[in-house]
Amino acid sequence: MDTRVKSTPLTALPERSVGQATPLIDGIEKVTGRAHYTADLPAGDALVGMILRSPVAHGVIRGIDTSRARALPGVRAVITGDDFAAPYGVIPIAQNEWPLARERVRYRGEPVAAVAAVDHAAAEAALAAIVLDIEPLPAYFSAADARAEGAVLLHDNKPGNVERDVDQTFGDVDGGFAAADVVREQTFHYAEVAHGQIELNCALATWEPERARLTSRSTTQVPYYLHLTLAQCLGLDGAQVRVVKPFVGGGFGHRVEPLNFEMITGALARAAGGTVRTEQSREDSFLTHRGRPETDIRLKLGLKRSGEITAVDCEIVQRGGAYGGYGLVTILYAGALLHALYRVRAVRYRGFRIYTNTPPCGAMRGHGAVDARHAFEALLDAMAAELGVDPFALRRANLIAPPYRTLNDLQVNSYGIPQCLDHVERASGWRERHGRMPRGRGLGMACSHYVSGSAKPVHWSGEPHAVVNLKLDFDGGITLLTGASDIGQGSSTLLAQVAAEVLLLPLARIRVVAADSALTPKDNGSYSSRVSFMVGNAALRAAQALLEVLVAAAAKRLNVTVDDIEWLGEGCRVKGADRGLDFASVVSAALADSGTLTVKGTWSTPPETQGGKFRGAAVGSTAGFSYAAQVVEVAVDEDTGQVSIERVWVAHDCGFAINPLAVTGQVQGGVWMGMGQALQEETQYHEGLALRPNFLDYRIPTIAESPPIDVHLVETRDPLGPFGAKEASEGALHGFPPALSNAIANAIGIRLTELPATPDRVLDAIVEKRRAERLAARTRRS
Amino acid sequence: MTKRLLKLTVNGRAREDAVADHALLVDYLRDVTGLTGTKQGCDGGECGACTVLVDGVPRLSCITLAVSVAGRSVETIENLAQGGRMSRLQQAFHEKLGTQCGFCTPGMIMAAEGLLRRDSTPSEAAIREALGGNLCRCTGYVKIIESVQCACAETTNG
Repeated sequence: MDTRVKSTPLTALPERSVGQATPLIDGIEKVTGRAHYTADLPAGDALVGMILRSPVAHGVIRGIDTSRARALPGVRAVITGDDFAAPYGVIPIAQNEWPLARERVRYRGEPVAAVAAVDHAAAEAALAAIVLDIEPLPAYFSAADARAEGAVLLHDNKPGNVERDVDQTFGDVDGGFAAADVVREQTFHYAEVAHGQIELNCALATWEPERARLTSRSTTQVPYYLHLTLAQCLGLDGAQVRVVKPFVGGGFGHRVEPLNFEMITGALARAAGGTVRTEQSREDSFLTHRGRPETDIRLKLGLKRSGEITAVDCEIVQRGGAYGGYGLVTILYAGALLHALYRVRAVRYRGFRIYTNTPPCGAMRGHGAVDARHAFEALLDAMAAELGVDPFALRRANLIAPPYRTLNDLQVNSYGIPQCLDHVERASGWRERHGRMPRGRGLGMACSHYVSGSAKPVHWSGEPHAVVNLKLDFDGGITLLTGASDIGQGSSTLLAQVAAEVLLLPLARIRVVAADSALTPKDNGSYSSRVSFMVGNAALRAAQALLEVLVAAAAKRLNVTVDDIEWLGEGCRVKGADRGLDFASVVSAALADSGTLTVKGTWSTPPETQGGKFRGAAVGSTAGFSYAAQVVEVAVDEDTGQVSIERVWVAHDCGFAINPLAVTGQVQGGVWMGMGQALQEETQYHEGLALRPNFLDYRIPTIAESPPIDVHLVETRDPLGPFGAKEASEGALHGFPPALSNAIANAIGIRLTELPATPDRVLDAIVEKRRAERLAARTRRS
Repeated sequence: MTKRLLKLTVNGRAREDAVADHALLVDYLRDVTGLTGTKQGCDGGECGACTVLVDGVPRLSCITLAVSVAGRSVETIENLAQGGRMSRLQQAFHEKLGTQCGFCTPGMIMAAEGLLRRDSTPSEAAIREALGGNLCRCTGYVKIIESVQCACAETTNG
């Protein structure tokens, strides 16, 4: 056997993969139009699925007559709520939604029946032929109305229409306020917002009648939850179901729950005994919703003259919509992340999640904590001004020193806020410019944080949080098998980078096969920014396992011990000797004994990161918090109320940037999404009818008004993150809305307590302020 | 439902297809020619994902009747890569991360292509104006502007 160097020069430097700006490994498909999203998948003679929605916001279903629809030509299936075996809901203890309504409808636009037909026209005719008999009930479109005395209950087991009532106290709150030099209280109101992912919802399901098997392809962020839910709602064994995630055009939380159209399409496919494709409209997306709820916040803070926060008292009410969804997690997140980025001595939190007759809210990027962050940072800013303390100095008076346990038992192992503050203060020219700008121009700042995945998954099974398999075969190619859902954030690229880095191999040697339940290991899904941290850690361990096998095989072939082997990626050599093997020879040595190799890496959150023992303690817990600080510069036109964003400087502590290109893109996208919510986005209903279910009335910012966003990455190397990496997609979003309203205050002296800062709201505030000033002047004169 | 014979050029190939009078260009492209690179992201004229070129000019294919482009030349995203090479815009969107989820990308690139054909060195303001009807929910547009500028720089240098 020739053990001398062959094709690969073993003296060449091994490849580096992490820390390198890396274009997406599936980017070429996206820019060439070759990427197949669900609606693009070839499906031959698929039937057209369509859904009939309730015209009534709240009512008792007396009857659904489908007989005429069934008799129409070209109609292959008509289904109602009776065709499902069980209700669903992403939280196991709050499953109160049926894919098609049963007995009652609870929001206008709720699916009540569905058809599969040979073409669009036949499906539309069938929907038109279905006769609904719904007896209206009183309907509630605000949290206050739904909570009012005597209101009809949406769900019989929830008195007062309160889905979840949170009552948490940490530390001596009354003592904290007594010790404060200044105590201020303020109320805030936030509009409901929606994800606005550009890809329309779509599901393609095939039922094989001969085998009683279902294959579902759809626009999902969480194929595993969808798998569980399809089996549950259709009354199938999990093994009868296969879920495949094609390319997905964004999620932002819209798709972190199994959605009604996915189960409906599955049931239609079974009823029709074939393949059904259900393509949803933009209006359908808004009605399916799961967005950020309309929120009211009352916040009271106590501060020492030095800026130290002595006590926090907060009450949050969320208009949750008609069903549970992620609701109880949302209301818990709002409290858990309200204060945990600062050293705070005492906190009382009351949260109320309310059922209303509006489309169900759910998880949206920055789940639960965005509106709370605004209230906190905006009130801090106002109190800083009152105390004559610079906003940066105020934050610096309340910093954490890791390792640190927050009041609500969250573990902080790395903490980059100090570096983030230093950077954006310098980059924005804060010291030279803040308070010295012409009228109508202003700077505002805020801090924020977010989890790198929930330390306890929604479906707690005791299994590892993440599993990655690596397969190595005769061709020398390595296939990384993961259930993780790449929805545009670049997770497949990141996982390939991690594996390539450990093995010192070029990225091109790694292929990623993702999110097909027949091939890939289960993954909890793309939510709460968990993938880089958790699945990244699993990929790291899988690659280490493969490396161990390869080194052992090389040592055996070269007749040395494993300690004698120097691993160089595309080859290895015996330390201090001119003997070695190229990669192909290592592979053949490794396969000689075992054949095709498959190794596994798993990762779980350490127990100390899983939160405390009180009720709801799991929400907010994470193995690693990201942190951010940002400065926003605004120009306000006081004649029109128009607010323009001139520039944003943001520093984000991502632990370590495995892919700096993608991290920067995520931070920019997150900050910008915060901008849309803060400036102009809001849903609106009239008697439960969605008034803005399109992109003309629901105003996502265009390229014309979107500002430059300067991103600086702070790398604190978290001890638990893969290569020290943490979350990079959600943390910086939270800081934009408060930095914006603080900048408006700096520009024109008005502190907005309601978002979005649309021209009408800003103008109203300006007029109100001028009226108050005139009144005060008159009072002084008289 | 009446149909008529639609003669046109799609991506340089002459075609004749029977098309319903009310068929939209986006549906014709996706369902009849099988070119699914052109996307639909809204209920009509809101998002720009369906942008194609008609005689070199960007058009929203979701609010264009297929029969209205009879005799014209239609280009889709699939036409930009030629001879195994991506176009400069495609290369730049890939390398500069002008694409994340990728769903708005074909429309975005076709709108930018339309711009570069009439102005090979556009100002940033011109880029913002030309792409003003194309929504992206992932990038905040920062890297989209960088991508177009990068493609222009390569055009100038090359």
